[in-house]
Amino acid sequence: MSESEAADLEEFRKQTRAWLEANCPPEMRKPVTSDGDVFWGGRNTKFSSEPQRIWFERMRDKGWTVPDWPKEYGGGGLSAAEHKVLRAEMARMGARPPLSSFGIWMLGPALLKYGNEAQKQEHLPKIAAGLIRWCQGYSEPNAGSDLASLQTRAESDGDDFVITGSKIWTSYANYADWIFCLVRTDPAAKKHDGISFILFDMASKGVTTKPILLISGYSPFCETFFDGVRVPKSHVVGTVNRGWDVAKYLLQHERAMISGMGERGVGRPLGQIAADSVGTDAQGKLDDSMLRGQIASFDVDEAALAACAERAVDLAKAGQAHPAFSSAMKYYGTELNKRRYEILMSAGGVDALEWESERSKQGARPRAWLRTKANSIEGGTTEVMLGIVAKRILDLPGA
Amino acid sequence: MALVLTEEQSMLRDSARGLISDKAPVSHLRSLRDAKDPTGFSKELWHSFAEMGFAGLMVPEEFGGSGLGFMEAGIVMEEIGRTLMPSPFLATSVVAASALNLGGNAAQKSEYLPKISNGSLLATLAIDEGAKHRPLQTSLQAVRAGNGFKLSGAKALVVDGHVADLLIVATRTAGSAGERDGLTLFLVNPKAKGVSIERTIMVDAHNAARIELANVEVTADSVLGEVDQGAGLLDGVLDIGRGAVASEMVGLSEEVFNRTVEYLKNRKQFGKLIGEFQALQHRAAELYVDIEITRAATMKALQALDADVTKAASAVAVAKARAGTTATRAVQEGVQMHGGMGMTDQFDIGFFMKRARVCEELFGDANYHTEQLARARGY
Repeated sequence: MSESEAADLEEFRKQTRAWLEANCPPEMRKPVTSDGDVFWGGRNTKFSSEPQRIWFERMRDKGWTVPDWPKEYGGGGLSAAEHKVLRAEMARMGARPPLSSFGIWMLGPALLKYGNEAQKQEHLPKIAAGLIRWCQGYSEPNAGSDLASLQTRAESDGDDFVITGSKIWTSYANYADWIFCLVRTDPAAKKHDGISFILFDMASKGVTTKPILLISGYSPFCETFFDGVRVPKSHVVGTVNRGWDVAKYLLQHERAMISGMGERGVGRPLGQIAADSVGTDAQGKLDDSMLRGQIASFDVDEAALAACAERAVDLAKAGQAHPAFSSAMKYYGTELNKRRYEILMSAGGVDALEWESERSKQGARPRAWLRTKANSIEGGTTEVMLGIVAKRILDLPGA
Repeated sequence: MALVLTEEQSMLRDSARGLISDKAPVSHLRSLRDAKDPTGFSKELWHSFAEMGFAGLMVPEEFGGSGLGFMEAGIVMEEIGRTLMPSPFLATSVVAASALNLGGNAAQKSEYLPKISNGSLLATLAIDEGAKHRPLQTSLQAVRAGNGFKLSGAKALVVDGHVADLLIVATRTAGSAGERDGLTLFLVNPKAKGVSIERTIMVDAHNAARIELANVEVTADSVLGEVDQGAGLLDGVLDIGRGAVASEMVGLSEEVFNRTVEYLKNRKQFGKLIGEFQALQHRAAELYVDIEITRAATMKALQALDADVTKAASAVAVAKARAGTTATRAVQEGVQMHGGMGMTDQFDIGFFMKRARVCEELFGDANYHTEQLARARGY
């Protein structure tokens, strides 16, 4: 970086910090503790509080719900370096993301790469403005880790495809406005070659959803059924029958997103949370030396992973990233997050076992603990991730 | 700062790699070991290192060095780790040069730093006393005597101790073992009366010595930094050493890993390449991820040192702790996956296992640094 670029970036940091200080309501600088603290957008969305609305609207107006997308699509048009500064400044003050959405994390990057201009114009600004909430139609009852064996079929009928089949583990399908979906458009082709990536409205005739009750007692996932859903062929992203390319590209972003779930930013350190329930000795050390050691080892690995996540972004910007590296991060990040919650449960002891009381915020901790067990399954299991690393990065035989 | 190498840093890496892999592959260490070489490294190679600017890599330009930073030192250490080249680079060019540069007065810098740069002076830090790295437990006594001090006590694991021209000795001038106050660093001539040095042949065939000081007289101007207030300087110097050793361990881990993956692609059993077995594939993949994460943590630590030596402690603790567990895992998987061949002296893998064990003890092991992080975070 030249000196003048560095000076410009420093100026950007100063201005960004000042703007965030002036515009981020204090309530939006507290850690997210429940799903109600997250704003997902969509046709039927409601803000859970006035500060949440103000924060979202101010960020949206700057294009900072999607800071690095081009301005013409509702983004902030920030360079990679500026985006990093913005993220660092938001993390510094503990600012919540103004908008969370699968449109931002998954579909948007895929549309930017594979979408045609009309599709970009149609969908990206609505994602940026939180107007449309998206869900992902990938897994099927008989296509989990072996995703490419999916059977939902799309039959050609004039200018439309007619879609029939079912999806499972569709996150928040019951709240979503639109779906990005993998369908089989050529049943005769080899399994990776007959798939298309298509977009349609969840309000279309023939779409039904049914929430699935999980071990956490929550229902973040649905079964989704398509019974002759008619979708214009112009809604296919990329080339018909080449949807697997789009799907894989999107999965890289999904894996990056899931591996980032364990990143805490400025939340309270695990050691302090544990001190609340376990207590400390005269020197202020946790009164459970084995637990203390587990937490310290966790902290080492968490800090190291954060450095690696930062480096992965930097490598991508420098064009030096291995395309399969997100699988490596996904594997480690999700296993680490599971470890974090095992420690939290151990630290909480009896207090972390209550399921329904007000005192326990309706069992927030045990429910979150159980939720994390899906991290190493969803978006590709740990075993699939390790297989990808072995095959694509290490080039091991027959993998 | 991005966690990727700049163009200049990539060039430095390439030139270090070229020189080291060409002149000092693992067979170089093997032949020094087998010959029981009295110096423990190649003086000739060290001089060509100096001529290429590596000896004075971190020495400011006004003292004849290149004035480069910790990231650059880490790059060279990583290449050293790949071939296990025995070299004074760690003790002299990184640790001692940093101690003199951070703590030295004008006279001390101009006396020693130019000689480090041109490769004519070897120096080393003498810190550990007990079996484990516990800098605050330092109890080697320095008592005032006339205008100077008298030093008495013993040091262990002094890298290059038997060939050093200058010892930087951590001592206690006040207080008692465990206290931060009362630590003082001294520059000691190893030929001074009362200094006895025993070269210790180590498991890794790298240089180390035990040193005893019996009423060794030094003048007041041998103090490096401030009397009684050496802890701050020592913290910085040790963190620099830790960052450097972590880098060596990253290079070592990656080299062992690459050799192991190659073996998985060539060795056949049960009519298959053993790399086709999923049990081995997944272990290899896990190790790959471990090494990548440790590499990033180490770069982060070096960057933190470059930004401010006094504020890098947590990043360095993370890096050295990770480097310890990762290298330990890498060498164990390396030997295991090489099967019986990995157990033979004829095969190089064992050299990496032995060096990893020594690196783990140098400047604090993974447990030590994990404990440091817990303390820093207040639990």
